Amino acid sequence: MTVTLSHYLILAAVLFSISIAGIVINRKNIIVLLMSIELMLLSVNLNFIAFSHYLDDLAGQVFVFFILTVAAAEAAIGLAILVVLFRNKRSINVEDIKELKW
Amino acid sequence: MIETVIFYIFAVATVISACAVVTVKNPVHAVLFLVLTFFTSAVIWMSLEAEFLAISLVLVYVGAVMVLFIFVVMMLDINVARLREGFVRYLPLGLAVAVIMLLLMLSVVTSDVFVLDVGSEPLPKPADYSNTKALGAVLYTDYVFAFEIAAVILLVAIIAAISLTMRKRTHTKYQVPSDQIKVRKSDRLRIVKMPSVEE
Amino acid sequence: MDLIYLAIPLASLLGAVIAGFFGKQIGRSASHCVTIIGVTVSFVLSLIVLKDVAIDGAAIYNKSVYTWMISDGIRFEVGFLIDGLTALMMAVVTSVSLMVHIYTIGYMHDDPGYQRFFSYISLFTFSMLMLVMSNNFLQLFFGWEAVGLVSYLLIGFWFKKETAIYANMKAFLVNRVGDFGFLLGIAVILMFTGSLDYYEVFERADAMLSATMQVIPGVDWSVITLACILLFIGAMGKSAQVPLHVWLPDSMEGPTPISALIHAATMVTAGIFMVARMSPLFELSTTALSVVIVIGATTAFFMGLVGIVQNDIKRVVAYSTLSQLGYMTVALGASAYSAAIFHLMTHAFFKALLFLAAGSVIIAMHHEQDIRKMGGLKKYMPITYWVSLVGSLALIGFPGTSGYFSKDAILIATKNADIWGADYAYMAVLLGVFVTAFYSFRMFFLVFHGKERMDEHTRSHLHETPAVITVPLILLAIPSAIIGWFTIDAVLFSGFFDRAIVIFEEHGAMAAVAEAFHGPASFVLHGLAPGPTWLAAAGVGSAWFIYLKKPQIASSLKHRFEWLYKLLDNKYYFDRFNEIVFATTARGIGQLLWRLGDALMIDGLIVNGSARLVGWFSGIARYTQTGYLNQYAFVMISGLILLLGWVVLG
Repeated sequence: MTVTLSHYLILAAVLFSISIAGIVINRKNIIVLLMSIELMLLSVNLNFIAFSHYLDDLAGQVFVFFILTVAAAEAAIGLAILVVLFRNKRSINVEDIKELKW
Repeated sequence: MIETVIFYIFAVATVISACAVVTVKNPVHAVLFLVLTFFTSAVIWMSLEAEFLAISLVLVYVGAVMVLFIFVVMMLDINVARLREGFVRYLPLGLAVAVIMLLLMLSVVTSDVFVLDVGSEPLPKPADYSNTKALGAVLYTDYVFAFEIAAVILLVAIIAAISLTMRKRTHTKYQVPSDQIKVRKSDRLRIVKMPSVEE
Repeated sequence: MDLIYLAIPLASLLGAVIAGFFGKQIGRSASHCVTIIGVTVSFVLSLIVLKDVAIDGAAIYNKSVYTWMISDGIRFEVGFLIDGLTALMMAVVTSVSLMVHIYTIGYMHDDPGYQRFFSYISLFTFSMLMLVMSNNFLQLFFGWEAVGLVSYLLIGFWFKKETAIYANMKAFLVNRVGDFGFLLGIAVILMFTGSLDYYEVFERADAMLSATMQVIPGVDWSVITLACILLFIGAMGKSAQVPLHVWLPDSMEGPTPISALIHAATMVTAGIFMVARMSPLFELSTTALSVVIVIGATTAFFMGLVGIVQNDIKRVVAYSTLSQLGYMTVALGASAYSAAIFHLMTHAFFKALLFLAAGSVIIAMHHEQDIRKMGGLKKYMPITYWVSLVGSLALIGFPGTSGYFSKDAILIATKNADIWGADYAYMAVLLGVFVTAFYSFRMFFLVFHGKERMDEHTRSHLHETPAVITVPLILLAIPSAIIGWFTIDAVLFSGFFDRAIVIFEEHGAMAAVAEAFHGPASFVLHGLAPGPTWLAAAGVGSAWFIYLKKPQIASSLKHRFEWLYKLLDNKYYFDRFNEIVFATTARGIGQLLWRLGDALMIDGLIVNGSARLVGWFSGIARYTQTGYLNQYAFVMISGLILLLGWVVLG
């Protein structure tokens, strides 16, 4: 059978939910958290490109272009923060960074 | 036909490696699985005739961002054994949340509202279609403002990353221009009275 | 003339202010000088005004001095209304006040609060003058309240004495009940005539005649009767009529000069004055007049009976005052307003005299007030003896004294009144003559005649009191004796009050008195015929017999009629009733409101409760700020799912 738009959308949905599961399951490793966020962005990009293809509109691909840019920037800064955090606390356990609490 | 097969193979590969990202013990393995996910989804993008973006995904994302990830993972001294505690405890919750999310999204995606009138399969592009050229034509004219802002964002990211992690080296000599401007004559000059003529 | 009218109250006020605020700085002599000068100025000017009105026949002066505010068409002003009634009252108030001021120099000589006392009695003079000179209800009420306040301050003058504090509170609270009725009466009048000015109200009073209002739903009350009865309730409080009389005997806790000034001559007469001033209103309601006459008669007779069993010299005179106020009220009820005012004037003189004489005795006896410990003081204090005799004769209505003229006028008026309750009133006032004579001469004989029952130490120090005390006594004895003879014609029958007091034709009591009057001399002769004078003589005779000739009769009578003695000694249990019913209830309500309303609800529930609520809520809300990254992420995802679910499925 031919591959329709729905197939791509379903694939994107699956990727998104896997990344959400990753956020909730993961308690120990901030890096995995950041990677799940990258996965989320990937699923959204797939959505955009699928729509761009089936609706014959380049705006989707332009959007993906910018999402890639911003995602790269965000990953860089996130990792920089992680590094500084590690320098101060010697641990990347999510449960160890709970100082901003009541 | 061949497209369908390609799609299914790479789709399955993407899903499996995505699952692996969130479940493997070793963070280095997780990063590598993410790289694999990106590769497979680049192929899917290519089958959707978004060649430029597929290549830039590989070059930029995998080549730069993922490498950065690996650098950081390897730089941090991680206690691997402790990382696995609590995995089983939160698994049902995570699965439940994920499944609910998936069902919600599927109910939207597969509903009747989403049937497109435009024909389910668009015509393939002509052979001399250059995705890059088409993208460029739009990017530098209609979306040039967003383009410039994206450049600024990247600049901000660079500055932020450097200023967050930079450790000052104490022995390097450097100039502080604001102090140089604030200096006064009395800080630098001492007049000593001396007879002008020798007696 | 305007300036004179203004100067009369303000002179006293100035004296009060100076002595009150600067008393410590200027010293005792200066304080009493400044206040006496103030009151003397008021007195002299009042006499000028009296001459102007009475002899020169000046027109009625009714002007507003100062407009305080105008709200919704109602004018709130300070103004003066000077006519015969006002002029008479002003003269009485200032003369008695002046005598009391001079007397106080001697009486309060050793007291630490000397300057304060003078300041208060001058302030009282000012308030009373504002009350009687007023031309509108607002100023009347101001004066009313002000005299009540000064009375409170003066009864509790020796504020370190517990009984004095109880007494001044009691006076103020009972007066408050009266004032409440008074205020309601003013409100009814304002509501139906739209004005507070006397003359405007009197003009529009006819319009009120047919109006009715429903206070209790479904029961129609005539507005004019309601207004008059409410106004009279105020008079009952101020002039100590039954049942609001309970404060007057206890007010004897204050120093004797003020018992003379306030609780005999002037403040308690404010109620009588007010009813006389409101005669155009009271004449319109026969029901109100009946109420007035019945209450007055009850007070006159029954309070006199209580006076028989009192052993404190001041209490006897206090109950005598209550009884005489009852007489004045009876006269008001019989529509003999001028007779009531005339009796007010004569009573002011002889009652003040009796109080001040009692004070003289108290000083000589070193502040001993029990008449059972006195006796035979005649030879030690001759001046006090003779003036007391004059005063007592005036009180019982001995023919020729001023008291005789006024009391007889009241008796004749009451006999000729024909409203409901007039017969009961006549019986009461007639029998009251006997009672009055009995108790006043009982006191007189026990104090000045008979065996000397005081202890040796006091007896050796007994001597006449200094001139500063006896001179005012003599000065008061003169009008007590003769003023009746000379003024009865002018005051009662020559139209002195013609423009101040209104009497309708059907209430013909005063007309009957005028018919019976053929000049003072014949009035005296008429008194020698069988009638009230013989009752008075019988009273004196019985007192002489029981207390001087055969004293053991007194104690045997007391034993035989023990129940009656107890009833009178406990003042008909009015005080016990108030204590049990009103005081306990009020205290109970206060406790309830304090414990429940204040402490529990307002403090506990609303103030502390809202604080506790905030605290409780914050205690719960803080769990959202755990610091765990995962929880934040989870909350965000859950929110997203909920939102999505709502949009997709809803």
